[in-house]
Amino acid sequence: MQAEKFPRKTAATMSYINKPKFKHPQMQTNDIGLTRRDYEGTLTTLCGGCGHDSISAAIIQAASEMSLEPHRVAKISGIGCSSKIPSYFLSKAHGFNSVHGRMPSVATGANIANKDLYYVGVSGDGDSASIGLGQFCHIVRRRINMLYIVANNGTYGLTKGQLSATADIGSRTKSGEESQFDNIDMATLAIELGASFVARSFSGDKKQLIPLLQAGLSHKGFAFIDVISPCVTFNNTDFSTHGYKNTWENYMALSEVDFVPMREEITTSYAAGKEKEITLHDGSAIHLHKTSNDYDPTDKENALHHINAYKKQGKIATGLLYINQSTSDLHELQETVDKPLNSLDNQELCPGNEVLKDINNTFR
Amino acid sequence: MSELIQSSKVTGLTKVNDCVVKFANVNGSGSASANGMFAKAVFRMGIPISPHNIFPSNIQGLPTWFEVRINENGYLGRREGVDLIVAMNEQTIAKDIASVVPGGYVLYDSSKVLANELLRDDVTYLPIPLKDICLEEFEKPTQRQLFKNIVYVGALSAFLNIDFKVLTGLVSDQFRGKKKLILPNIHALELGHRYAIDNFACPLTLRLEKSEKNKGKILMDGNTATGLGSVYGGATVAAWYPLTPSTSVVDSFATYCKRLRIDAGTGKKKYSIVQAEDELAAIGIAIGAGWNGARAFTATSGPGISLMQEFLGLAYFSEVPIVLFNIQRVGPSTGMPTRSQQGDLLCCAYASHGDTKHVLLFPANPSECFDYAASAFDIADRIQSPVIVMSDLELGMNEQICDPLNWDDKSRYDRGKVLDAQQLDEIEKYGRYLDSDGDGIPYRTYPGTHPHKGSYFTRGSSHDSYAAYTEDGSVYAEVMDRLTLKMKTAVNYLPEPEFSETTSNNLGLVFIGTTISAINEVLDSLAKKGITLDTMRIRAFPFHDSVTEFFGAHQLVYVIEQNRDAQLKSLLKIECNIHEEKMHSILSYDGVLITAQHIEKSIIDSMIDVDASGEVPA
Repeated sequence: MQAEKFPRKTAATMSYINKPKFKHPQMQTNDIGLTRRDYEGTLTTLCGGCGHDSISAAIIQAASEMSLEPHRVAKISGIGCSSKIPSYFLSKAHGFNSVHGRMPSVATGANIANKDLYYVGVSGDGDSASIGLGQFCHIVRRRINMLYIVANNGTYGLTKGQLSATADIGSRTKSGEESQFDNIDMATLAIELGASFVARSFSGDKKQLIPLLQAGLSHKGFAFIDVISPCVTFNNTDFSTHGYKNTWENYMALSEVDFVPMREEITTSYAAGKEKEITLHDGSAIHLHKTSNDYDPTDKENALHHINAYKKQGKIATGLLYINQSTSDLHELQETVDKPLNSLDNQELCPGNEVLKDINNTFR
Repeated sequence: MSELIQSSKVTGLTKVNDCVVKFANVNGSGSASANGMFAKAVFRMGIPISPHNIFPSNIQGLPTWFEVRINENGYLGRREGVDLIVAMNEQTIAKDIASVVPGGYVLYDSSKVLANELLRDDVTYLPIPLKDICLEEFEKPTQRQLFKNIVYVGALSAFLNIDFKVLTGLVSDQFRGKKKLILPNIHALELGHRYAIDNFACPLTLRLEKSEKNKGKILMDGNTATGLGSVYGGATVAAWYPLTPSTSVVDSFATYCKRLRIDAGTGKKKYSIVQAEDELAAIGIAIGAGWNGARAFTATSGPGISLMQEFLGLAYFSEVPIVLFNIQRVGPSTGMPTRSQQGDLLCCAYASHGDTKHVLLFPANPSECFDYAASAFDIADRIQSPVIVMSDLELGMNEQICDPLNWDDKSRYDRGKVLDAQQLDEIEKYGRYLDSDGDGIPYRTYPGTHPHKGSYFTRGSSHDSYAAYTEDGSVYAEVMDRLTLKMKTAVNYLPEPEFSETTSNNLGLVFIGTTISAINEVLDSLAKKGITLDTMRIRAFPFHDSVTEFFGAHQLVYVIEQNRDAQLKSLLKIECNIHEEKMHSILSYDGVLITAQHIEKSIIDSMIDVDASGEVPA
């Protein structure tokens, strides 16, 4: 077809030279021989004390402990302070800092192209609850197999402290502006729209956040974690519901989670009632310690009821809020081939001229 | 009434294989398939034909027209004036009858008396009691409604001398395996045919004869070809938001994927189609997939193009290959959603804020829609940037006669400069945006390729050769300059303009896309008046040097385009530095295809102007 119409240039070769490989001999390594450093990113440019840096650190520790291969992860974000986070972890992974509010669509396309990678989306409350709320809703509905983190600080940091849509009614920013509108709760929204793993945590609570990140990465399907992550510069006042003070004071774990990687044998036996063990698709497991007997994180209505009940008391429900392991991801729903779509070659994709001749005949 | 009409002494048009037949219908009345059958029958008789749907943005009840031009010489552009109208819509019948040229014909449903004011003494009426015939012959209400259309096609076959066997053959093809549908359809055709023969002198002096002109050709619409071209071009990801007139691109892709892209062993799909929540998400999905190494596209039209601007800038600046099919319609804003225009040239050529430039391809017929769709994926991968294929409603949604589609089985997809793990091992330090070949095109890697080499951070913010964020103005400027160079390199991969064989004239004529339908008619007609012009059909943007050279070789060039603001002319001024006085715009922007008559008149008028001013005519 186009050969004669579109002359092609032959690819020239790269003019690089070889570089010797070097590895520090004394650093502690994980199961795949990587050190903590192998999971780090570039130096942060966020404000000192920013909650977001704790999220980066938690991701580094989570991935390192799980012995994830860094290059098998793709990190995708939108725009804003939150969306800078992917620079600060896993520099051996490809990253994509896209446009404001549109991380979900880019992540969707990336996931469709190659189902075999881990996808970590990092967004903020401005990015996901305002400009990108539509995209957020639809990526949840489409059940993309990924971990979607919202670093939620209730404010627009990069533009100097305007209220965001997750700011609770009555919450005030540093400049004294009070939120007059009902807030958007990303976690309950995600549950309602069909997310199969929904958690909430706090950047200041590494102990809670790390196992949630690990479980979210291991979960097959759309895993969402709303991470309260205070903005120390613009929204950390005593009058802000997204500041450290309010979060520490009103932080209520619906459940406590231990993550057990697949290669570790589960040795502890758990008592019935408040304890629950859930085996994930990749063979790893989470051990849930619930705060009450009647809370059931596998029951959508029940989970929503508990979160909303806490909210009425001014409390922030955290922990693994909801999990459903029986849903299919987009690839399963669409019945795409087992090989990643980006690896299919000419032979596998092009039907050839004989077939085209038959098609021509249908237009005569 | 019938007597009155019969007694009129009008001399009907006498022409063979040269007419415009127009069907005026109510949309949602089932006329489309009957009218399509008429067009296909003429095509199968070997006579060149171009059908055009002129339809409303509506589901049921508004006027819709189907206009076909039949012309032995292959003049298939739109022509003013109707030779035979099939007037089936009471809302528009006055206008429809008025559109008929003197000597023309009016076929109408005479079950209802035609109002006196609709009678003209210079046309021939062909009354057929369509409703009454169908009431008598068919039981079901839907049949009574639908078969009125088939009955008039049967009558037309007698009036115009259409081979009845061709029609019955079409019915058998269309309802293959559904005998229950074949027989009543053929019966309806026979009813119309019989009624015409019994009541009128058939065929009319305006009639058709079998021809050989369509030998080897196919009759296909551009969007079907575009969707199929995307299958052949290796697209695996399509993300889209429904929008007329682009919707049928993805419909076609889906149809052919279901047939041709199912893994034989597992029954699983070698493609994914996502109907996005809006055009922003549609192009975002395509960009995500393109970044991750899949061939991805989206299809849209004007309003979608407006929404995609920000993402197009991202793909340009972060260098992600995607293919975007823009099936142009009439803007601005919602405009006329079901009419055609070439009105998005400027907003696509420089889409998004800041300094940008995008590759545009201008297909002019369905075969090119197929070729350019497939090639667009090669070009996008090669230059790591969006490629926008600029079709329009006229080309996308109307069937056209064209060469059969062809694929070179020896060709292989050009995935461009992509490094695999082994190649990464061989280099010292990978830089995503390093111009190591001096052609402005850097090397990319897919995520997941290598355990510790080749990763980079893609961003729409300013970056250096290693993809690191920078606010250093000189580094930013270097990247921008490289992107300029890259677009120059891109031209090497784009289709050259198509030039006429004559090259010795002072006058030139430049056009793109669907304007081609009028050109041969214009040239032949002007040649009879002693005026000859060289032509250049531009097929891609950024322009080749040969575009500038064409202007250099001619004293005056007519730039013909279908928009108000002479956007192609603007592009030529900006990109090729062509002087205003070298170019004379011929524009058409009423939403329907530009006519040869309009072009010819504009050219002749321009010459008269020049003469009157005392300047030397070109």
